[in-house]
Amino acid sequence: MEYIAILIVTVLVNNFVLYYFLGICPLIGVSKKLDAALSMGIAVTFVMTLTAAATWLIHRLVLEPFGLPFLEYVSYILVIASLVQLLEMFIKKAIPTLYKTLGIFLPLITTNCAILFVALFQAMRDYGFLEAVLFGFGSGVGFTLVIVLMAGIREQLELSDIPKPFRGAPVTLVVAGILALAFMGFTGLASA
Amino acid sequence: MTRNPSILSHFSKGLIKNNPVFVQVLGMCPTLAVTTSVANGIGMGLATTFVVVMAAAVASTIDRFVPNQVRIPVYAVIIATFVTIADLYMQAYFPPLRTALGPYVPLIVVNCMIMGRIEAFATRNAFVPSLADAAGMGVGFTGALMLLGGVRELLGNGTLAGFVILGGWYRPMLIMVLPAGAFFALAILMAVFNRLQQGGELVLRRAA
Repeated sequence: MEYIAILIVTVLVNNFVLYYFLGICPLIGVSKKLDAALSMGIAVTFVMTLTAAATWLIHRLVLEPFGLPFLEYVSYILVIASLVQLLEMFIKKAIPTLYKTLGIFLPLITTNCAILFVALFQAMRDYGFLEAVLFGFGSGVGFTLVIVLMAGIREQLELSDIPKPFRGAPVTLVVAGILALAFMGFTGLASA
Repeated sequence: MTRNPSILSHFSKGLIKNNPVFVQVLGMCPTLAVTTSVANGIGMGLATTFVVVMAAAVASTIDRFVPNQVRIPVYAVIIATFVTIADLYMQAYFPPLRTALGPYVPLIVVNCMIMGRIEAFATRNAFVPSLADAAGMGVGFTGALMLLGGVRELLGNGTLAGFVILGGWYRPMLIMVLPAGAFFALAILMAVFNRLQQGGELVLRRAA
């Protein structure tokens, strides 16, 4: 039950994009086409789940026992950067078709603030291993949900007559604001 | 390095013409997340300015020794180091501010504005221009955060930097301090900024 609550909270109630404002840059940059948005979402979910697992191990097995909390940020960002690099090389060799879809998005993910947030949050909340992994996975699903919704709306927006100063980033932010209002309806559904 | 463009122009381009928030649309997470009040905006802006200036100073000095393939992790570690320093400093001397900014302080590490300045400017230019560029971007970022924080605090709470501006007759718009309000406020500020710039271009074209 607790695990289901973590999933519901991360996907709907405290959505990473609409509640914590994480991953706004890819949201504005990569949400013009539906299929690209979906690929980006899957890539982020993948990296987030792995990051949650890897940083949980580092936090519990290295930083905590040796009393090195001040190395938290430096070690997490290194883990994320190398993880993304490894993943890129692995996918390129093992699954070339997947690489074609995800390839260009992988380097971008290193600087996606949502990933670092997953690492910091699981340490702050003192999650167990399974909880941390579920938290990472749920956050990725929440990100995917919003970026796909956004892409669907923006494909329609292409056809509409938007006042000139609002074109581009501003109108995307307005759409995100309306989505955030809609997601406020999920408040109280579950808590973690 | 040529004498022109001057140090001053490196500094000033980050203020308005190339403002990191309104024009480049970078560093959106802290911009939206912490701007519920002017004070938070200033705090986050100054911390980011410190990090970008220090990181640009180091990056422009060591870029000759960094192999191209590993430059992103190297610069990420440099940035993370300065963020750790800023974070510990804030925890020691400004605990309430640190609590208000919460997890968004460590997230300065992945503020794409900082990596952007290092990649696009500091590694390609000498020490002093890099400092001026980073400082300009930092001040521009701080200004944008202050402006957004001001609008949201005034409309959402009726105060400005803690002082009551709109008295008892004003019913605060709660939405402005909620996440949705952040998106709307930034969208409208950005549109106004665009309009002013387009208007400015129009005036210039008419004059020509």
